[in-house]
Amino acid sequence: MTTSLKAPEVVKQIQTRFPGAVTEVTDTALVVDSKSLVDVMSFLKDTAGLDFNYMTTVTAIDYFQYFEVVYNLVSMEHNHSLTVKTRVYGRDNPKLPSVVSLWRSADHQEREIYDLMGITFEGHPNMKRIVLWPEFRGHPQRKDYLK
Amino acid sequence: MEKAGTGMEISKQPFIYSDREIDDKEGQVIEDLKAASQTPIPDPDRWLDEEIKKSILLTTVDAVITWGRRNSLYPVICFPACCAFEFIGAMGPRFDLSRFGMEILRASPRQADLMITAGTLTWKMAPNVKRVYNQMAEPKWVIAMGACAISGGIFRSSYSVVPGYNRIIPVDVYLPGCPPRPEALMQAIGMLQHKISQGTSIVKE
Repeated sequence: MTTSLKAPEVVKQIQTRFPGAVTEVTDTALVVDSKSLVDVMSFLKDTAGLDFNYMTTVTAIDYFQYFEVVYNLVSMEHNHSLTVKTRVYGRDNPKLPSVVSLWRSADHQEREIYDLMGITFEGHPNMKRIVLWPEFRGHPQRKDYLK
Repeated sequence: MEKAGTGMEISKQPFIYSDREIDDKEGQVIEDLKAASQTPIPDPDRWLDEEIKKSILLTTVDAVITWGRRNSLYPVICFPACCAFEFIGAMGPRFDLSRFGMEILRASPRQADLMITAGTLTWKMAPNVKRVYNQMAEPKWVIAMGACAISGGIFRSSYSVVPGYNRIIPVDVYLPGCPPRPEALMQAIGMLQHKISQGTSIVKE
């Protein structure tokens, strides 16, 4: 079975390269500042011993004050996993950097988040709606959609 | 005729028919019938040829055409969601829909005349379902299978779900259930067959 890496130990490695990038740590997950998201993700993918070469999920949560985007990473080589989160503030036009350049599996899932949550991923090659049709107004997975 | 006596003189009255008379008349009847029956009665259908006699059945055109239509309903594939599994169960060996002459599930709408809408329809899928319906040749019928097909079901107030197939195509039979059992589907098909047999072959009502 895939073992879940202890997040605080991974954070130690990250902070030597990118001081201040990690804003919050729990036992199983770490929250990364959105400005250094791609750098940290690239580090997690390419560092020997971590080798997160597979991203299973990208998903997003609406907490009203901010949107939290969750990335579930898995290393096929070492059979371990890690959860990385990032936050984006503001509801009008939230933007995050895309990680499609690192993992192709992020392609459709980032489009789905854009479709249903309205978070734009900068650097995505095909940023448009995937589930709903282009003329649809609003982003229905937002908590205030019906208001 | 003697005067009718009273008391015990019944036996002296003459009989209208004696036993002997009945026997004599019976013999005469038989002899007359025998005399009149010396040649066989000709066959009234003699002018018909032997092959035609075996193969002609008199009926109306409407009755034959509607009989043919209702007993060879070929469904087109329209399985957007989970009611499809009940439909597949009905097609399988346990419920055996082929008893109703409709075991062939057509992948092409051109060869089908029944659409069983087994599942929730989203607005994104709706143009394609309408297109498939328009591609089916007349006469064609629609069974709205399940709560979602009738009214949108539990997803009715959703942003992406069509609240009932009758928003986009005409529906002949509404089949409630979430999902309906295969027996219910068979009853709906029976209702549709009854409806078809009530119609005319020329104009679809």
